Amino acid sequence: MSNARTEPAVVRWSLIGIALAYLVLFIFMPLFIVFSTALEKGIAYYFHSLTDVDTIAAIKLTLITALIAVPLNLVFGVAASWVIAKFDFRGKSLLLTLIDVPLSVSPVISGLIFVLLFGLQGLFGPWLRAHDIKIIFTPIAIVIATIFVTFPMVARELIPVMKAQGSEEEEAAITLGASGWKTFWYVTLPNIKWGLLYGIILCNARAMGEFGAVSVVSGHIRGLTNTLPLQIEILYNDYDFTAAFAAASLLAFLALFTLVIKTLVEYRYRAELEAVGKKTH
Amino acid sequence: MILLKQKTNLPGFHLSLGYTMLYLSLVVLIPLSMLFVKTSTMSFAEFWSVVTAPRTLAAYRLSFGAAFIASFINVFFGFLIAWVLSRYRFPGKKLVDALIDFPFALPTAVAGIALTTLYASNGILGSVLAKIGIQSAYNALGVVLALMFIGLPFIVRTIEPVLQELDPELEEAASSLGAGRWEIFRRIIFPAILPSIVTGFSLAFARTIGEYGSVVFIAGNMPGKTEIAPLLIITKLEEFDYSGATAIALVMLLVSFLLLALTNWAQWWTSKKVGMN
Amino acid sequence: MKNLLKLSLVFLLALQPGAWAKQITLLNVSYDPTRELYEDYNKAFSTYWKQKTGDDVTIQQSHGGSGKQARAVIDGLDADVVTLGLAYDIDSIAEKSGLLPSNWQKLLPNNSTPYTSTIVFLVRKGNPKNIKDWDDLTKPGISVITPNPKTSGGARWNYLAAWGYALKKFNGDESKVKDFVGAIYKNVPVLDSGARGSTTTFVERGIGDVLISWENEAYLAVNQLGPDKFEIVIPSLSILAEPPVAVVERDADRHGTRQVAEEYLKYLYSDEGQEIIARNYYRPRNPDIAKEYASQFKSVNLFTIDTLGGWQAAQKKHFADGGTFDQIYTVK
Repeated sequence: MSNARTEPAVVRWSLIGIALAYLVLFIFMPLFIVFSTALEKGIAYYFHSLTDVDTIAAIKLTLITALIAVPLNLVFGVAASWVIAKFDFRGKSLLLTLIDVPLSVSPVISGLIFVLLFGLQGLFGPWLRAHDIKIIFTPIAIVIATIFVTFPMVARELIPVMKAQGSEEEEAAITLGASGWKTFWYVTLPNIKWGLLYGIILCNARAMGEFGAVSVVSGHIRGLTNTLPLQIEILYNDYDFTAAFAAASLLAFLALFTLVIKTLVEYRYRAELEAVGKKTH
Repeated sequence: MILLKQKTNLPGFHLSLGYTMLYLSLVVLIPLSMLFVKTSTMSFAEFWSVVTAPRTLAAYRLSFGAAFIASFINVFFGFLIAWVLSRYRFPGKKLVDALIDFPFALPTAVAGIALTTLYASNGILGSVLAKIGIQSAYNALGVVLALMFIGLPFIVRTIEPVLQELDPELEEAASSLGAGRWEIFRRIIFPAILPSIVTGFSLAFARTIGEYGSVVFIAGNMPGKTEIAPLLIITKLEEFDYSGATAIALVMLLVSFLLLALTNWAQWWTSKKVGMN
Repeated sequence: MKNLLKLSLVFLLALQPGAWAKQITLLNVSYDPTRELYEDYNKAFSTYWKQKTGDDVTIQQSHGGSGKQARAVIDGLDADVVTLGLAYDIDSIAEKSGLLPSNWQKLLPNNSTPYTSTIVFLVRKGNPKNIKDWDDLTKPGISVITPNPKTSGGARWNYLAAWGYALKKFNGDESKVKDFVGAIYKNVPVLDSGARGSTTTFVERGIGDVLISWENEAYLAVNQLGPDKFEIVIPSLSILAEPPVAVVERDADRHGTRQVAEEYLKYLYSDEGQEIIARNYYRPRNPDIAKEYASQFKSVNLFTIDTLGGWQAAQKKHFADGGTFDQIYTVK
């Protein structure tokens, strides 16, 4: 680095120091607390609390919810980014704004709207009850609320990636006679695979960790309609703080794992782009 | 309806647009419209009295105020962190870079109980602060601290790429013309990154005004004093006041929309400016 | 020959006592502090039911603030029984959803309350702030922990207990009573949404000098969380808290579990049920069992909700929008 672009070492290192201190305080300490409290009563208790019946049920529900919500939002993400990145049409920016809406809606509101829709006093409530279809306060409502909350995540990652790719390759393929699906599968997909992966893991992390929205639509039925974040709250309220943080540590691991994958993806993506000689977005 | 503005030979326009609109409507638009539907059952006078009740206003003040302060403080530190990450080399930099996103990936409830444990008066950080007479949990300060945790990645990740893309030649040219580092910063770097700072701020702000899981454990939940707006909505629900709850939610939603529009506009403005360079 | 063998095998299997056992599930939507009680009780009831009928019954539990749980049931939470913190919440369910009859309280003995409790104070060991009675809670500098009356059943009992004491002290002078109760709430730094949240705040977070709490919660806290950390102070006058139970008839009918649900609640009045209740620090209705466990409970001077006009009146007067709680708690 030339001298024109750097500050004196003193300034540099004090800035680094301040930045790191802030990060330790705000990011590292909470992480530390989760693990230290989880292990307060020893490793044996840690594993014992993770194998509690209700906690395992919560883990299962969390996994199932993510397994449903993420693929659905993935398909949507691909469809939306295809139409937004490859075409120019009226109302495109409005569509973009609408897609981003769930991100800025408070989680409590995200749950509330489904109570208004499916609750017994809500729009479809009486009809559902008459046909004995249960949605609200069941895992179904949890899945729906999770889909809403993680709705934009894949799309947001894919759109800039697809935009950066441009359409020349696809247009060329079409001109050469390939069908739409073949073009997508063999031309588009390989180019966006890192953005796709990134979107999936972000969506998954949020889907597994959602609390507010799920709390409103869950019935908090132990062992049945509690996801892992809700189970953490229950354990906390049952005075079992160690177990609550033990369960929390699972989600913290998931968060760390997400970060690792994300870093790997960025690394590979950047390497790939450099290899092909394209500009990063 | 011919919506397309340009001719293209790419297929799937109608299919993908149709599916996108359908999914969007089913998952997002129709459920959100319930807020309007439910609120419309109130007269405007009722709506107004709920939304401007002292308790509601106090909740808005807390949620919006704390979000604003937290995002504002994060602008400084977030910028600093982005600067340090994109400009300097130091041991552990890659690890630090990866950890920035931790608040984003961590579930809000986990963040909530961890932050409360940390900042309560018998917590590691809380006890230190208590010694100098500062209470950091169950008050507005606790809320601000929690939101600072939540909002940090938004700001860092918005400023960082812009910093990285800055053309070094501009700085080198200015330096060769005799400008000192501070002046270079003030006149060249800062204006270039200002749009991203605004964008980052409004993203963090939008995200944190509605924050619930990470805040509800550390706020005091005292009506009129330390009750965040989302909690007020839930409380109204549990008092069987559905219309009250939706009225308050509607106002928050409209504010979120506004912020969203602002962010998108800021991003559009940013890309125009970059394009001009 | 082979077919006959198969048939007899099937026949023999069918004769096994477990073969025709039904799998029944009940959902018990309960309020906050009863987690431990129903954990014990549900085990006992399943054993009893299996012995009596051969059927397997599993009881699922949901816990939360009493008002919040009532709201959930009204919104469609499919409960077979509700075991909530106060009669008003079950009245709300009857009134707003018609899922159970409006005379539900008469369907079981003792106003459908198989167990009672009262409101006491939990203080730090040694009682450093010398808290003796309700008056001490109004003193400046004393930090009081109690939940939000708008969402928590326990909080409403707390509020009314204080109100009742003040009524007696000031001979019915309402403006003095309001000031008194208002002074207590001015000393509250954190208003959790449920009784459990408040106990956590007091016990685990170390906030507050005194916790106004259900008696059973206080005992639980002392015994489970620190006999050397807390002690219980009984005020001179408190309220008889009657947390009722009821079958959510329309839901139970739909599930076909009406009979089991009714037996589930009736068994709470049985000797075994009452013993479990007493062991979990709730005051049993059965006088014999109560005598047996008398040493566990301290004697308290009690008044009932009827002194305050019953729940319908009390709810409207105190906890509805614009009621006394809103008045004393007005935001400046």
